[in-house]
Amino acid sequence: MSDPHAVTREINRSQMQVSDEVAIQITSMNKWYGAFHVLRDINMTVNRGERIVICGPSGSGKSTLIRCINRLEEHQSGQIIVDGTELTNDLKNIDKVRSEVGMVFQHFNLFPHLTILENCTLAPIWVRKTPRKEAEEVAMHFLEKVKIPEQALKYPGQLSGGQQQRVAIARSLCMKPRIMLFDEPTSALDPEMIKEVLDTMIELAEEGMTMLCVTHEMGFAQAVANRVIFMDQGQIVEQNEPKAFFNNPQSDRTKLFLSQILGH
Amino acid sequence: MSNNNASFVRTEMLGSQEPPTSERGAIKWVRENLFSSALNSILTLLGVAAIYLIISGSLPWFLHGVWNASSMGECRQIVADNYGEGASGACWAMIHERWHQYMFGFYPRELYWRPVTAFALMIVSLAPVLYYNNRRTDTVMTGVVSVLLMLALWGVNTPGSVFAAVFLLFAVIVAVARVAPKYLVWVTILFPAVGFLLLWGGSVWSPVGAMAGFVLIGITYSLTKDRLGVPVGTGVGVIIASIWWLFIQSHVTGPLASAMNLGFEKVDSDQFGGFLLAFVIGVTAISASLPVGILLALGRRSDMPLIKALSVGFIEFIRGVPLITMLFTASLLLQYFLPPQTKFDLILRVIILVTVFSAAYIAEVIRGGLAALPKGQYEAADALGLDYWQAQRLIIMPQALKISIPGIVSSFIGLFKDTTLVALVGLADPLQGITKIVRADINWKGIYWEPYIFVGLIFFVVCFSMSRYSMYLENKLKRDHR
Ligand SMILES: Nc1ncnc2c1ncn2[C@@H]1O[C@H](COP(=O)(O)OP(=O)(O)OP(=O)(O)O)[C@@H](O)[C@H]1O
Ligand SMILES: [Mg+2]
Repeated sequence: MSDPHAVTREINRSQMQVSDEVAIQITSMNKWYGAFHVLRDINMTVNRGERIVICGPSGSGKSTLIRCINRLEEHQSGQIIVDGTELTNDLKNIDKVRSEVGMVFQHFNLFPHLTILENCTLAPIWVRKTPRKEAEEVAMHFLEKVKIPEQALKYPGQLSGGQQQRVAIARSLCMKPRIMLFDEPTSALDPEMIKEVLDTMIELAEEGMTMLCVTHEMGFAQAVANRVIFMDQGQIVEQNEPKAFFNNPQSDRTKLFLSQILGH
Repeated sequence: MSNNNASFVRTEMLGSQEPPTSERGAIKWVRENLFSSALNSILTLLGVAAIYLIISGSLPWFLHGVWNASSMGECRQIVADNYGEGASGACWAMIHERWHQYMFGFYPRELYWRPVTAFALMIVSLAPVLYYNNRRTDTVMTGVVSVLLMLALWGVNTPGSVFAAVFLLFAVIVAVARVAPKYLVWVTILFPAVGFLLLWGGSVWSPVGAMAGFVLIGITYSLTKDRLGVPVGTGVGVIIASIWWLFIQSHVTGPLASAMNLGFEKVDSDQFGGFLLAFVIGVTAISASLPVGILLALGRRSDMPLIKALSVGFIEFIRGVPLITMLFTASLLLQYFLPPQTKFDLILRVIILVTVFSAAYIAEVIRGGLAALPKGQYEAADALGLDYWQAQRLIIMPQALKISIPGIVSSFIGLFKDTTLVALVGLADPLQGITKIVRADINWKGIYWEPYIFVGLIFFVVCFSMSRYSMYLENKLKRDHR
């Protein structure tokens, strides 16, 4: 395979266990932007400990789908239940879900006026009401985990793209989320920085985090995911285990997409 | 070596050399900036000529200035005696004699220490807002303010007992700045009441009562915000406070005042004038219009149609009406709408309308800053679980305000200069009001440039400082090292 970021290292699967407990349940969910039907009849169950990669052509609704899971976008029909809490207009539920679900964006979205450490402690202090000192200890712990504790007092503008994205991951982790959403976390990065971010994500997977990841890094999908979902035109077209998905795709759309993205 | 030889290897590296004289220092600068083309040269020469004409015309006038005289005639006599018949000279003696009116209007002379002390307290109370504070800067700043204040108090002939009391107060402030600078914030919190008391005098209990209303808002807010949310909690607080202000306060402060009659001699609003008036209106309106402007800007971007419509309507209406119209409204119309016996101070009315006027402009400036923020900032704040007001306060506003600093400070500078318009509703502003009074004096009849130059200079110093401060702030907050 011609993937430049093929994962070469041994992955420790001892803690990567999928439990029977349901983390996210989406049933016949539909979403429109005005008259445009972006998401059509989405049905999907994510169990705790699953690592799901979502792929598909541009404009197929991947971002919209995962943004619905923490209500950055509102769905118009169907049901989304996250950790037993249904997403409705009730602000209490939305706040509850958001504090359980971490999200990492394509463009990092760090807060440029705050230091790295402040970026990481802001939400724990204001949302979880953690004492500042404790929040800072937790933040340093996660910054060490993403291997940039020495940058803690700098501002985001002073860091490279890869470092910023790792800070963004650490910032989410500081809220001790039970589910992590990634929306193309590496697609704004230079090739040499992609690997450092992917490594961080792999470590997270090794610790048993439930992850939903929109990405075109097929090496990552093959090495880490337990399920790959292919979307097109707002629908889930095919989903399967990575091995079967890549070696034996069923639908023509999937075959076409894979042949384009893998460059065969 | 032939010309078409494609391979070349340098055997010796070249050292760096001085540029030719025409590319160096002053000569280069003059050539590039003053005489780079024929048109540029002509403009340079014309500019030099114009500057020469202005200076040669006005410099003698400045240099011949007279500082000690009691009337315009005496001034002219002194100039003629010293520099010959027909020489012209400035008569700064007018300022020497009338400076107190330019500064304080008709404020009673023996009470000048009150506005002077209020001004010093204002500077101390602004410090926690305007600068990053630490022990050293705070100590130095309060120390310098105290020394200057003592000199000023001595200059306005303050009675000894008052002098001692103010000295004691500022000694405490300096000590606090030295030991625990964070408590200086109490000067800021108490300043509105203390400043009011010093300037207008009257019983201590009315500003205390007014502050109690704000304490009520704070208490209600912190008790209810978890259940009712920020806007409703604040709203309930404001309602309770209004009930206190309108119906209860006077029944409490009245008896208190008769039981314990603390206070200062009363000074009426029509005794205010000069820069005292300009500063009272300017500073109050500036500090009040920023929060109002922020709320209006947020309202204009709100998802709630009613709030949005109200904000848009308010902003557009205010921006569509000249300030002068609003000032006339303040002095005439407002009186008709209010219950007949309410005595609503003219300065207070003017302050309210100037605040509202500048808040509308500031709201638009801040809206520009909000629009410049990427959507990702809102999304990141949402995704982390921050609620609307937390996101605004911690993420959005710090960045939007930073972007808007130049525009906001421009509005403030405009506002401060606009305080001279209050002359039109009969208040004695420094530029027109006081100058007219001075000119009406038979001794100073015929004086023309001096008052405008004097007042203009002070306005320039104040406005230029604001503009420099805005640049300092922009630099300090520069965080995107790209
Ligand atoms: N706020 C919006 N208003 C209207 N249409 C939108 C909006 N956001 C996205 N869309 C449209 O919805 C569709 C799905 O968008 P989405 O961002 O989910 O695609 P995507 O699969 O993430 O694509 P990409 O790989 O390019 O990120 C696109 O056609 C897009 O144009
Ligand atoms: Mg996308």
